[in-house]
Amino acid sequence: MDSINRPPEKHVISKGLDAFFLNIYRSANFVFRFFKEVFRPPFEFTEITRQCFEVGYKSLALISMTGFITGLVFTKQSRPSLSDFGATSWLPSLVSIAIIRALAPLVTALICAGKVGSNIAAELGSMKVTEQIDALEVSAINPFKYLVASRVLATTIMLPILMMYSAFVAMMGSFLDVHTNEQTSMTTFFENAFSSITFLDIFTSVAKAIIFGFTIGMVGCYQGYHTTHGTQGVGKAANASVVISMFFIFIEEVLIVQVATWLRTP
Amino acid sequence: MLKIKPTNINYNEAVISIRDLYKSFGHNHVLRGINLDVYKGENVVVLGRSGTGKSVLIKIIVGLLKPGKGSVNVLGMEVDKLNGAELRELRLKIGFSFQHSALYDSMTVRENLEFPLVRHRKSLTRSEVNNAIDEVLDAVGLLQTKKQMPSELSGGQRKRIGIARTLILQPQIMLYDEPTAGLDPISSIEINNLINEVQEQYHTSSIIITHDLTCAKATGDRVAMLLDGKFIRQGTFDEVFGTDDERIRIFFDYNFIK
Ligand SMILES: Nc1ncnc2c1ncn2[C@@H]1O[C@H](COP(=O)(O)OP(=O)(O)OP(=O)(O)O)[C@@H](O)[C@H]1O
Ligand SMILES: [Mg+2]
Repeated sequence: MDSINRPPEKHVISKGLDAFFLNIYRSANFVFRFFKEVFRPPFEFTEITRQCFEVGYKSLALISMTGFITGLVFTKQSRPSLSDFGATSWLPSLVSIAIIRALAPLVTALICAGKVGSNIAAELGSMKVTEQIDALEVSAINPFKYLVASRVLATTIMLPILMMYSAFVAMMGSFLDVHTNEQTSMTTFFENAFSSITFLDIFTSVAKAIIFGFTIGMVGCYQGYHTTHGTQGVGKAANASVVISMFFIFIEEVLIVQVATWLRTP
Repeated sequence: MLKIKPTNINYNEAVISIRDLYKSFGHNHVLRGINLDVYKGENVVVLGRSGTGKSVLIKIIVGLLKPGKGSVNVLGMEVDKLNGAELRELRLKIGFSFQHSALYDSMTVRENLEFPLVRHRKSLTRSEVNNAIDEVLDAVGLLQTKKQMPSELSGGQRKRIGIARTLILQPQIMLYDEPTAGLDPISSIEINNLINEVQEQYHTSSIIITHDLTCAKATGDRVAMLLDGKFIRQGTFDEVFGTDDERIRIFFDYNFIK
């Protein structure tokens, strides 16, 4: 049998490095293909809407809970250091800056990477290994457009919306704590909170959320779409999608914060 | 039991024409010089042991895999030279029934059948779609499963739904990947009859991949034996097996245990 007498495989550099560069090449191709296909009709409106709903529905409960607790706990933890200076009245503006600039986008993105990204990778991965993607292809349906483009668009659209929502919920958490401790009214709280937030803050956060959403969708789809080794590969794809998108989210966070700081200082 | 085969095959018109086809995966040389013609209205059975590249061959025909070397001509078009739109156009004329069914897990049986239909036949009315679905489900004898999910079906039922899903677009060419594998003998005969009915009614040409010699005998106008990446013998069922060639005899002997 020639399967036994196969010569050893040759590698350009080494097995690991070859795979690494091949992956970079394929990811670049994947992203490029997304931009090529997403603007070309026919558009999968029904599928995009369905996916948007899925993204929101899957993560809403978790985001509500985490957002609320983040706001509440962050306020509680910040109070002692401010009250040392008798400056607890600064709490609303301090907390709102932290929430809008950093916490809301990051918390939302990490939750979605875990909940939505892994789900996309697992779903596409199992479609891949059971040849459902091939089945789409042979019935003359563009699987990239139908599956990948719609999901990436959905995460990109939904992340900013979820981020705003989680910011709102976190502010409510914070308000609850401030109200019980300092008896601040809601109007005063939100007046204080918004007085220190600039347009650039909100713009940066929305931009961040859009980029995070795109990353989560892309990484999830890429991992799912390139799943190999049967059902075992599906678990690996889901796992890898979470790890890799979190890694990218942190890198992007650092870069965007750098750019925003640079824009802020005249 | 075995039906008399129809004989309106047009031997002047090849719908699939493969010349010197080679395909390797790394150092695994799967196909090594395949030549095959499938004529209009003809059922060709491809026989071969597991791992000889039968599935690879039909995946190349439908453009899921790229040929390594050689030419694959389907309905007058070179498959590997087509652009995306042309390939989709061609695929609408080809029905591909997967070895493991490949039903869409997230959809009911009905939705599985409806999905390709409503996307490609936009002019159909609601009732025409329903009729088409009922017709193919009836043809595979599974009308009662319409509302079920694929996960609730048996392997054989899934297979039949998979065939129904490809039939619904009324393709000119059908590619069946092991249509009777894992079915009980009675269901197998039903599938064989279905394959022949499809050939008769819609005048389709088919490639039927199988290990099952009963199926080969019942459905094949011609049988081609794949071994070591080549067709070592082609002809009618009796021609192929009327030989002393040990490699072919062994196939026959193990199928019909004496
Ligand atoms: N996508 C692929 N990548 C790498 N190797 C592949 C691929 N598809 C098939 N092969 C290899 O090609 C060979 C033939 O596979 P194929 O699925 O065509 O066999 P088969 O004749 O259909 O067998 P069976 O009757 O078991 O379905 C196998 O050795 C398989 O490992
Ligand atoms: Mg096979």
